[in-house]
Amino acid sequence: VTATTTFAPQPEVAVPTGKPHLSDRARAERRLGWMLSAPAVIVMLAVTAYPIVNAVYLSLFNYRLTNPAGREFIGLKNYTVILTDGLWWGAVGTTLLITIVTVAVELVIGFAFALVMNKVIFGKGVVRTAILIPYAIITVVSAYAWYYAFASNSGFVNSWFNTDRDWFGQRWSSLFVICLSEIWKTTPFMSLLLLAGLAQVPEDMQEAAMVDGATWWQRMWRVTLPNMKGAIMVALLFRTLDAFRIFDNVFVMTQGANGTETVSLLAYRQTISRTEIGLGSAVSVLLFLCVVLICFIFIKGFRTDLSKVRGS
Amino acid sequence: MRSKRSTVWMIVASLLIVVYTLFPVVWIISLSFKRGDDINNQKFFPTHWSWDNYKTVFDTPLFTSALRNSIGIALISTFISVVLATLAAYAIARLDFPGKKLVLTAALAIAIFPAISIVTPLFNLWRIIGLYDTWPGLIIPYLSLTLPIAIWTLSAFFREIPWEMEQAAQVDGATTWQAFRKVIVPLAAPGVFTTAIIAFFIAWNDFVYGISLTSTDNARPVPAALAFFTGESQFQQPTAAISAAAVVVTIPVVILVLLFQRRIVAGLTNGAVKG
Repeated sequence: VTATTTFAPQPEVAVPTGKPHLSDRARAERRLGWMLSAPAVIVMLAVTAYPIVNAVYLSLFNYRLTNPAGREFIGLKNYTVILTDGLWWGAVGTTLLITIVTVAVELVIGFAFALVMNKVIFGKGVVRTAILIPYAIITVVSAYAWYYAFASNSGFVNSWFNTDRDWFGQRWSSLFVICLSEIWKTTPFMSLLLLAGLAQVPEDMQEAAMVDGATWWQRMWRVTLPNMKGAIMVALLFRTLDAFRIFDNVFVMTQGANGTETVSLLAYRQTISRTEIGLGSAVSVLLFLCVVLICFIFIKGFRTDLSKVRGS
Repeated sequence: MRSKRSTVWMIVASLLIVVYTLFPVVWIISLSFKRGDDINNQKFFPTHWSWDNYKTVFDTPLFTSALRNSIGIALISTFISVVLATLAAYAIARLDFPGKKLVLTAALAIAIFPAISIVTPLFNLWRIIGLYDTWPGLIIPYLSLTLPIAIWTLSAFFREIPWEMEQAAQVDGATTWQAFRKVIVPLAAPGVFTTAIIAFFIAWNDFVYGISLTSTDNARPVPAALAFFTGESQFQQPTAAISAAAVVVTIPVVILVLLFQRRIVAGLTNGAVKG
C-alpha cells in the first residue's frame, strides 16, 4: 500500500462530478470492471505489499533464524546499527557509483543505437533482432561471459592487451567489468525506449528546421531532444531503479569481495547467509526507501511525467 | 552524394551494433566448445571443437533438474500472470470504472519494487509454512515480477483493438460467441502472445529469488544452479561446463527472439512510451 500511495504524484482516482445518478448499465459496467481487475490487484498486493509490511515488522526485532527462542523486540536498534556502520555506507556508495556510471553510459550508447535504428534502411530486421539478444539473455549468463573473458586463467582479454592484470583482485578493475556486463545487457532496452521516443518527434518540425538551415547539432539540441524529453526521463527512471537493485553481476563475479558489495548483496548476505532476519529486514526496508527516494527525486526534482508511460 | 555517404555510415553503424550484441555470445559459445587445456589457452577460439562439455552438462543431475524446474516454474507463472492480466487489461481498455488509473499505478509501483526487499520476509515465511524450496515458493514471487509488466503491455495492446468490430459482426448476424471467437480472439491473440513471451523472459531471468528461496535441486532454477555448478570432479574447473550450460539455456530465448522479433519490439516500446 505504501508503494502505491507514495508513487502516485497526484490522487489519480477520477471522482465523477456532476453525475450523481448512474444508470443501471453504467453501474453494471463498474462492477464488471472491478471484478475483472480484482484478482490481479489482490495477487499483486499479496505478493508485495504484505511482505514489505512484514519486513518492517521483522526489522524491529533481534531475530536469528537459528535461534527463534531468542527473538526480542528492540525497536529501531537494527536501523541505528546499520546506519552507523561503514559497511552500509560503503555499499550505498558502490551502488550509487555503479548506477550513475552504467545509466550515463547506457544513455549515450542507447541513444546512438536508437538514432541508427531510426534511420537504418538496409537490414532493419537484422539490427532489431540483434539488439534484442542481450535483452533476452539471462543476466547470470552475461555475467559469466564477461567474467571468463577477463579472468586471468580462461580469459582472452589479458592476452589481447598483453597484460597480466588480476582484474578481480582489486576494487576498480572489478567494478569496471561489473559495469561492462551490466551496460552490455541493458543498453538494448534503453535504446528501444529511446527509439519509441524518437518516433514521437514531429517530422515536419525537423524539415522546417532543415529548411531554415539548421545544422545537425542544432536540430538535435533544439528539436529532437526537447521533443523526446519525456521518453528520456522515463527511460532514465526505469534504468536507474533497475541499476540500483544490481545483484546478479556482482554475485557471480566477486560475491561482493574487494569493496564491490552493493546494497542488494548486503541484504542477501544478512538474511540468507547469516540468517539474521531482523537485521536483513532492516536493510531491505532501507533499500526500499532508497528506491522510493529515487522515484521522488525523478518525479518532483526532474519533473518526470509518468503519464507518458505505457498507455495511461 | 551526401545520402550515399550517410548510407555507408549507417551500414557501418549497423554492423557495429550487431558486433556489440553478438560478441559476448560468440565468446561463451566458443568457450563451451573448448576441451581440456584449451580452456586456459587465453585464445578466443578453441583449437579443437568438442561436444564434451555438453555431454557433461546433460549428465549432471543438478543441471537437468534445474532445466526442468526453470521451464516448469517460468511457464506456470507466465500462464497465471497472462490470464489475470488479460482480465484486468480488458477491464482497463474497455470498461469505464473508477480506480482504473489506480490499478495501473499500483502495477507500475510494483514493477519498480526491489525484489531483494521482499526476499527476507518471504524466506522467513516460506520456512514457517513449508513453501521454502518448492515450485509454488518461486511461482508466487515470480508473479510480482511478471504481473505488472503483463498488465501494462496488454492494456496498451488492447487499447489498439477496434472493439466496434464485435458489434458490427453481431449486426451482421453472428452470435455473441461467434463474434468473440472469430473477431476478437484473432485481434487480441498477438498481444496476449507477445505479453506471454516478455513475461517468460522475466521469469526465466530471475536470480535473486532463485538462490534465496531454494536450497536443493527440488526447485532450484537454472540461473541459480549455474552459480553452484562445479565440474565433473572436484579437481576440474567448472568454466567449460558452466559455459555449455549457459549456451543451452540461452538457445530457447534466442530462438524466441528470432521468431518473434517484431512483436517483442512492439510489445516493449508500443506500450512503454505513449505515442
